[in-house]
Amino acid sequence: MPGVSHGIKENTMKRVYPDKEYCIGCHLCELACITAHSKSQDLIVAYREERGRDGLSSCKKVFEKGDICVAISCRHCDEPSCVAACISGGLYKDPETGRTVYDREKCVGCWSCLMACPYGAISRHPTEGKIVKCDLCEGREEGPACVAACPNLALKFEER
Amino acid sequence: MKYVIIGNGIASIGAIEGIRKVDTENEIMVIGSEDSPAYGRPLISYLLAGKIGPDRLALRPQEFYKKSNVTLKLGTTVAGIDTKARIVTTDKGEAVEFENLLIAVGGIPFTPPIPGSDGADVYNFTNLAHAQVLISRAKEIKRAVVIGGGLIGLKAGESLFDRGVDVTILELSPRILSLAFDENAAALAGERLAEVGLNVRCGVSAKEIQRDAEGNLKGVHLTDGDFLQTDVVVIAIGVVPNYNLAKDAGIAVDQGIKVNNHMKTSAGGVFAAGDVAQAKDLLFGEDRVIPIWTNAYNQGFCAGKNMAGADIEFTGSLAMNSISFYGLPTISVGTVNPPEGDNSFEIAINLDEKKKSYRKLVFQNDHLVGYVLVGDIDMAGMYTAFVKFKMAVREDAKRQLMAGEPDVLLWPDDFFQETWNPETQS
Ligand SMILES: Cc1cc2nc3c(=O)[nH]c(=O)nc-3n(C[C@H](O)[C@H](O)[C@H](O)COP(=O)(O)OP(=O)(O)OC[C@H]3O[C@@H](n4cnc5c(N)ncnc54)[C@H](O)[C@@H]3O)c2cc1C
Ligand code: SF4
Ligand code: SF4
Repeated sequence: MPGVSHGIKENTMKRVYPDKEYCIGCHLCELACITAHSKSQDLIVAYREERGRDGLSSCKKVFEKGDICVAISCRHCDEPSCVAACISGGLYKDPETGRTVYDREKCVGCWSCLMACPYGAISRHPTEGKIVKCDLCEGREEGPACVAACPNLALKFEER
Repeated sequence: MKYVIIGNGIASIGAIEGIRKVDTENEIMVIGSEDSPAYGRPLISYLLAGKIGPDRLALRPQEFYKKSNVTLKLGTTVAGIDTKARIVTTDKGEAVEFENLLIAVGGIPFTPPIPGSDGADVYNFTNLAHAQVLISRAKEIKRAVVIGGGLIGLKAGESLFDRGVDVTILELSPRILSLAFDENAAALAGERLAEVGLNVRCGVSAKEIQRDAEGNLKGVHLTDGDFLQTDVVVIAIGVVPNYNLAKDAGIAVDQGIKVNNHMKTSAGGVFAAGDVAQAKDLLFGEDRVIPIWTNAYNQGFCAGKNMAGADIEFTGSLAMNSISFYGLPTISVGTVNPPEGDNSFEIAINLDEKKKSYRKLVFQNDHLVGYVLVGDIDMAGMYTAFVKFKMAVREDAKRQLMAGEPDVLLWPDDFFQETWNPETQS
């Protein structure tokens, strides 16, 4: 049968992989994240003003337990639970890039995705009925800001 | 036709995306009764409330069907299925041959026999057409009675209220959302609704709908003897699987269309998914109908892959609901009301009435099997992980979950590594 493959097509794409052996829990990735997603593109302004005023918040979350820590964000799953749960079409899989994409305009703030994503990768925007989720720094030529900011190379952006 | 899908809801979208994961070539035909491309059914309440316009209803971009090589036959209802000849016939007299068929026809509104319900001004609220009718009626009416205090009833009531209608919701059981909520969660949500001015009456239902000699709607007689004047009645008790099409075709049905672990029905080449299907339940192992969005998508997705020749087992449905009540968010997942007297369950409760915040965790045999969050819902996904992946919860982890601090570092190390930092992505 031409064109029919009986395996499942997987997306090959670069993703951010956190390594808890190397994470030192410094939260620099979170700061880099808010800066990259800020209007000012300036850490001080982003942190001091935009955070409070616009509810700017990080897509990255650092978890700590004793000496162990890790920084996590959206895994851009091959078969994402958030897309299955989204009632508005605000979350979908981009067939070309393999990314799990968020369309803010479509989102109605129902929090179904926040409930369904078992990776805790979605949070509520602090002031608007919208979500905050990693977009792999869409449009940033150098790639994700968190990866670049990590002083101990605990975050890797690669194809696996 | 290699693939035919009956119904154009979310299960159908899941199936298209599932098929295309395996087979990017062969044509798919979707036959759907409604006129529009697939829309977010839950969005009809946002539309009725005036929170969104019709332009935001579509679930996928306009080019989706074309890009996915799907032929859409909308405004067309399948009238019969011949499982032997593998042909479906439509209400327009067409016959379509299929190799693989998916029945994704959803549910139909459950309407108990209430005297007086036949006639003008009595509505349902499960599709776009219903919403459009109610939007135009809302302009002329003052009062509405909504029968049903479950998800759909509450949504209907809230949306009409947002249009300036004086709404009373009737719920037969002692609390709203009786399946997804317990008393505490229902009380918090109920308070919120009362604060904004929505009337909710639990423990009563409609006994009779009163009409005058001309048949005009006058009001509703309640089971407790009260009478409510109203301009319209919305019957929104819930949906039941729309399985008659399948049943008439000789396909095995029970509460819904019976499917195996590959979403296959009793007939060769015929699959079912979504609100119409009775499929494996993740927590109980037995088959149930759980008519919610995520399950419909997941079942459709799994069915689609199998229709295209893959061999994928359905992991199982999981009940989950996320509903906000005028700024008070709530989430409920899995088993939230374990059978009374069953000692295998352990319940941890944390209620702060002042902050309007509530957390209930239900454990069974050292596993988290369900939870309810009201107010502070931000950690929901992290709790979902424990339910969904059926991870054993050690004592220290349990304490942390009970303190409202679930996190990924509580996961078993292998699983953590495989998920977050694998050598190869799977
Ligand atoms: C107001 C409202 C709010 C909701 N909110 C939520 C929510 O917040 N979260 C949640 O999880 N769930 C919610 N639900 C439930 C959710 O919408 C359903 O679980 C989901 O839509 C089921 O998808 P489905 O594809 O199985 O069926 P449906 O969406 O019902 O689609 C079936 C389609 O098949 C068509 N059809 C039927 N018979 C035929 C035929 N013979 N031939 C051709 N076409 C046919 C129907 O017209 C329909 O378009 C809500 C439902 C309603 C009504
Ligand atoms: S939000 Fe969650 S489910 Fe969605 S792609 Fe990211 S990690 Fe996966
Ligand atoms: S909150 Fe927005 S993105 Fe998330 S499921 Fe709801 S509509 Fe979709």
